[in-house]
Amino acid sequence: MTAASSPRPAPSLKEPRARSGRLRPGAEQWSWRFMRISGPLLIVLILTHLFINLLTGDGVNQIDFAFVAGKWAAWYWQVWDLAMLLLAMLHGGNGMRLLINDYAHTPWLRKLLHGALGVAVVGTIVLGALVIFTFDPCPAGADPSLLPSFCEDI
Amino acid sequence: MWMWVVHRVTGVAIFFFLLVHVLDTSLVRVSPEAYNEVIGSYKTPIYGLVEAGLVAAILLHAFNGLRIIAVDNSTWALRHQRQLVWAVWILFAVLMLPFLWRHLGHVFGGA
Repeated sequence: MTAASSPRPAPSLKEPRARSGRLRPGAEQWSWRFMRISGPLLIVLILTHLFINLLTGDGVNQIDFAFVAGKWAAWYWQVWDLAMLLLAMLHGGNGMRLLINDYAHTPWLRKLLHGALGVAVVGTIVLGALVIFTFDPCPAGADPSLLPSFCEDI
Repeated sequence: MWMWVVHRVTGVAIFFFLLVHVLDTSLVRVSPEAYNEVIGSYKTPIYGLVEAGLVAAILLHAFNGLRIIAVDNSTWALRHQRQLVWAVWILFAVLMLPFLWRHLGHVFGGA
C-alpha cells in the first residue's frame, strides 16, 4: 500500500488562540499601514512647513500674528496646515498608543493612559481645526500695526 | 537597536511639542497681542536652541522612518540596513548643518 493510493487526511490543527477581543481582526495591520502611508506624507508636509517658516525671510523672527494671517489668507496653506494637524496627531497618537501597550502593564494604568491619549488627540485635532476655520485675520478693535497689510483695505 | 531607541525618543518628543504647538498657535484666536507675546519666546536664545533640537528630532525620525519602510519592503535594503543607518546620519548632518547656520544666525545674530 503506497501513500499515493490511500491519502490520509492532513492532521487537523487546533483552533488558534483567541484574540484579546478588544480589537477587530486586522486593526493592527491597518495601524501599521497608516504609519507607513502617513509617515512619508508628513515628511513632505513638515519639512516644507519648517523651510517656509524658519529658513525663508527672517526665519523665526518673522513669525507673528500678521505672518500667520498672511499665510492663512491662501486656501492652500489652510489645507496644508489642516492635513499636517490631522496626520501628525493620528501618527503621533498611534505611536504613543503602541508605546503605552509596550510599557504600561497593569490594565487600569493602560486604560487610563489610552483614555488620556484619546482625549488629547481628539481635543487637539478639534481645537486646531476650529482655529484654522474660524480664524479672523482682521479682528475688530485690534491694534492695526499688528495686523496684515491687507486689513487696511477693509 | 540604537536606532529603535532614537525613533521612540524622538517620536515622543515631537508628539508633546505638537500638543504645545497647536495650543500656542490657537492664541491667534485670542488676540494678536497674546499670540505675538507667546511666539516671541520662540525667538529667545534658549528656545532657539530647543527649536534646533526639535528640528534635529524631526529629521532623525523622518529619515529613520524611511529606512524602516525600505527595510520592510526590499530585501536589498534589509541586507544593507547597517549602511542605511549611516545614510540616515549622513543625510541628517547634511541638512542639519546649513539649517543650524541659518537658524542660529536668526536667533543669535538678529539678522
